[in-house]
Amino acid sequence: MRTIIKYILKDLLRNKVILIYTLILAILAVSVLQLDANPAKGLMSLLNLTLLFVPIITILFATIYFFNASEFIELLLSQPVRRSKVLLAVFGGLALSLSLAYAVGIGLPLFFLVSGTESLLLAVTGILLTLIFTSLALLIFVLTKDKTKGIGIAIVTALFFTLLFDGLLIGFIYSFGEYPIDEAVVGLIALNPVDLGRVFLLLHMDAAALMGYSGALFKKFLGSGWGSVYAIGCLVFWVLLPLLASVRVFRRKDL
Amino acid sequence: MIQVENLTKSFGKFKALDGISLGLQEGHAICLLGPNGSGKTTLIKSILGLVIPERGTIAVNGHRVRQDWNYRRAIGYMPQIGRYPDNMTIGQVIRMIKELRPEETNYDEELIEGFGLKKIAHKTMRNLSGGTRQKVSASLAFLFRPPIYILDEPTAGLDPIASELLKDKMLKERAAGKLILITSHVLSDLEGIASQIIYLQDGRLVFFDSVEALQAQTGEHKLNKVVAKMMRGGLVETLNS
Repeated sequence: MRTIIKYILKDLLRNKVILIYTLILAILAVSVLQLDANPAKGLMSLLNLTLLFVPIITILFATIYFFNASEFIELLLSQPVRRSKVLLAVFGGLALSLSLAYAVGIGLPLFFLVSGTESLLLAVTGILLTLIFTSLALLIFVLTKDKTKGIGIAIVTALFFTLLFDGLLIGFIYSFGEYPIDEAVVGLIALNPVDLGRVFLLLHMDAAALMGYSGALFKKFLGSGWGSVYAIGCLVFWVLLPLLASVRVFRRKDL
Repeated sequence: MIQVENLTKSFGKFKALDGISLGLQEGHAICLLGPNGSGKTTLIKSILGLVIPERGTIAVNGHRVRQDWNYRRAIGYMPQIGRYPDNMTIGQVIRMIKELRPEETNYDEELIEGFGLKKIAHKTMRNLSGGTRQKVSASLAFLFRPPIYILDEPTAGLDPIASELLKDKMLKERAAGKLILITSHVLSDLEGIASQIIYLQDGRLVFFDSVEALQAQTGEHKLNKVVAKMMRGGLVETLNS
């Protein structure tokens, strides 16, 4: 398994898209952080950039990569290696290189320009989102036969989590505004890793005051030590669930 | 060496394989023939464990395919389309496959030498022609000296020199008592190599016989003509039944 990860990593570290992705992230991070004297504002901008770009770019690139690697995966499977091992190794190589791109592009500038707990949390959230959307891409890959269809589903998935979900949530809050739904909203947010990451970080950046009464409630719950564990736990769950589902489906998949 | 019993597989409504039973023995080069969509690739992939059968069993050297992936050690597979990650070099691909099986170090590098892959080992897969990629796939299939070879359209994209080299290699391995299963549409390429012929149509086994017997039956000598005659005969048989 380590062998496959190593060689996939070697392949991807020379991949132009990965290199350009890293470079663009780095340019954005440095310019945003230099632009504003107030580091908190810079962090907020980087958070928004992360939540906007990481999901869509990760899921698209990963889906395309998995489909392009399908013949290579077949070749690996003709060797005496376990199926789940091959799948996890290809996932591992890809997830590792995309996380590395994020760590170098956003993490390094953060470390040098505004090191602190908030920066660390942002880097961790960004990497977790990378893992989550790579994992979702893997699930799309094992569930669909056709590459074009797979890419379509990937785009819809990313849009659902970055845009559509919030719309539905606002709709829900408006329709049931009369009722005490704050706890329910905290629960619902766990269904969307992007929102989870956003709320989690906003609370640590002391921007919760901007979010009114719900913000206070979020702060009470997610801002506490247990709240952070809950949020990170949910994010990790979002990585593992699609990953385990993919392995299960892949075991019986015809190639 | 390979025992297939009542193998059935369908994709949706389409029956790709319908109750196939075969026993393949060592020392033979078996040519798997049939029109497009007749189930050749599905049969090969089932033996490799890439396609999961609906009904029936496959055993390789007595090991049931679904139970133990270790049987694949005995098979060298050359796929029809060899696609590799874009930025991997030829050298890296070969090294990776070697590292995957660290306990086997008795390599057969005859084809790597013959195709001159060592000289271009630094080239990335993206920059290779289809034929060169085929050469890499072929070299990998023979690398570990397995007792069974499964070659899917091996000569399709190769230049005449490489194709001759591969054919010589197949003859040599067959003489060494190995089992070679080949699918090919270029029958003239298999002249003198194939010792048995399997003919599939619509997922069903039409005939499985030795080349000599078929030659005697049809009165033809050339593989092309033998098969053409059998196909006409076989078609009539299926229509009558």
